[in-house]
Amino acid sequence: MTIRPFGRGRLTGAVDVVVVGAGHSGLAMSRQLSRLAIDHVVLEHGEVANSWRHERWDSLRLLTPNWQSRLPDYAYDGADLDGFMTMPEVVDFVTGYARFIAAPVRTGVRVSSVTASDDGYVVETDRGTWRCRSVVIASGAHGVANVPAFAEAVPCAVQTLTAKQYRNPDQLDDRGVLVVGASATGLQLADEIARSGREVTLCVGEHIRMLRTYRGLDIQRWLHTLGILDERWDTIDDIVRARRVPSPQLVGTPEHTTLDLNALTERGVRLVGRLAGIQDGRAQFSGSLANHCAMADLKLGRLLDTIDRWVAENPARLMSAVAGLRPADPTERFAATRLEASPPLTLDLAKGRIGTILWATGFRPDLRWLQVPVFDRKGRLRHDGGVVDAPGLYVLGLNFMRRRKSSFIHGAEDDVRDLGTHLATHLRQGVVPPARRAAG
Amino acid sequence: MNATVNKVMEAKVDNGVNVEALLGARQALTDAPEAARFKWRATCSWVNGTHSRSTVQGFFGLGAEQSHKTAFTYDADHPEVFASEDNGSTPVEYVLVALASCLTAGVAAVAQNRSIQLRSVKATVEAGMDLQGILGIDSDVRNGFDGIKVVYDIDADASREDIAALVAQSQKRSAVFDIVTNPTNVAVEVR
Repeated sequence: MTIRPFGRGRLTGAVDVVVVGAGHSGLAMSRQLSRLAIDHVVLEHGEVANSWRHERWDSLRLLTPNWQSRLPDYAYDGADLDGFMTMPEVVDFVTGYARFIAAPVRTGVRVSSVTASDDGYVVETDRGTWRCRSVVIASGAHGVANVPAFAEAVPCAVQTLTAKQYRNPDQLDDRGVLVVGASATGLQLADEIARSGREVTLCVGEHIRMLRTYRGLDIQRWLHTLGILDERWDTIDDIVRARRVPSPQLVGTPEHTTLDLNALTERGVRLVGRLAGIQDGRAQFSGSLANHCAMADLKLGRLLDTIDRWVAENPARLMSAVAGLRPADPTERFAATRLEASPPLTLDLAKGRIGTILWATGFRPDLRWLQVPVFDRKGRLRHDGGVVDAPGLYVLGLNFMRRRKSSFIHGAEDDVRDLGTHLATHLRQGVVPPARRAAG
Repeated sequence: MNATVNKVMEAKVDNGVNVEALLGARQALTDAPEAARFKWRATCSWVNGTHSRSTVQGFFGLGAEQSHKTAFTYDADHPEVFASEDNGSTPVEYVLVALASCLTAGVAAVAQNRSIQLRSVKATVEAGMDLQGILGIDSDVRNGFDGIKVVYDIDADASREDIAALVAQSQKRSAVFDIVTNPTNVAVEVR
């Protein structure tokens, strides 16, 4: 391994590894590279923990309890292990980590392109050029909001916002709001906006129903204890589909509330099918709502069955795994998702009742700067558990990238350990990507 | 249960569905998206009154013209209470037939893939319609169904939840369910 020291004040130079992004993933990788004595720099277009600071709505808390807020050699050290961090607390946590590991972060440096060269990669930024042998993409999974093509047909009197642009209900006029998408995001926003007194309609397609607590324990405790969060990408039948699954319907609140479609119905939110199109100023909803809800109910039932079976088979292991907590009786279940007999199939957007459409339809990474031919025909990064399909190129933090927990803060630890080892081997072997592949 | 025993047990399940071929096609068409583009066709000729006869035989797929083993014909008409001669099912009944047969084929395929032996599968389909729509009596009433209800009676080696999951997955993957539940642009032209 060649160590090429660089001056502290220089904004450009040669380095073994460039990590793009100083969020929790990029910092965790920085820690791993430091442990392996690999020379690297972390380039961040904004500040440390930038998207946690600037691209989340005000009321958001993590979906994972504080005991899961951990990064390599670092963990939440407060008293409320079962609580859920607010965004300012997450920012403190991540920036505290950057200080703790003394990460070589260059903030305010925007990467404009990464291209392959004879001996690695050239990283162009708005503040100079870096040459390196390896690049770690840690710029996040939430770069661009997915918005359907028919969004263009939304009448101009209706405001549209993505979940990235939404902050709080004060941004909205007093009219009704159509929230599109029933992931954790869609449910939380529908709930908050309904509480603000606005009429809310929620478009529900495929979704993952979840309970916040089951048998007296947080669902994350069960998923962790049963090893479900550690399931690897190379053991899943259809990983492409598994990666597309929307985030489970969860919210982190001090009250440990379960937020599901029934709770929203009680709050007065109207449930309709997936938004299938917009024609002549009318939103068209799919007639598949009942099936999507039936599927989600069945899947939740199967998860709870799995937990019950595990408790029945492993009482001794359970006691140590949950630190003396005794799970409650398995009698509690959940009510089937309640729906109207005939949910509406259309909604007139031009009549003035709807003031805002909120797209909670997921995100994709923004990798327009990555000018290496590593994308499939649908524009998705080709990677095998984070090892991108070009020598020396790695990615972090994508949904179910390497493990089911890869997109969570606590998922970074195992992923950077694996990928750091792979990267170190790559540097030792001196494999270089062929420059001619940079043409794409 | 070890893998060998598991495999032997799976081999016993036979719903007459070649799952290996279906999974093979899925892989092949993932790698060759152009071959996955199909065109389905039918022709329909007026016979007399509300009676028409439709034929299907050719279709396009896997990059080439294809054909059914034989031409299938379908007579459509209206019943005598509509002052018609009742030479065949009504067109709306063909929609119910299409939905039920698509979902039922899906139930068999999903069951095979999940190693569930089916003994009997019966779907009963009912759709409501208010004739004030097609007769132009009330403009607030749509022409089409006001709802469709499908009830399955399934006898299979599986729990009630697993059977419910079969039916749910079949809907998720059904072409006709999608056609019926989601809008489709329709272009009708005259040559």
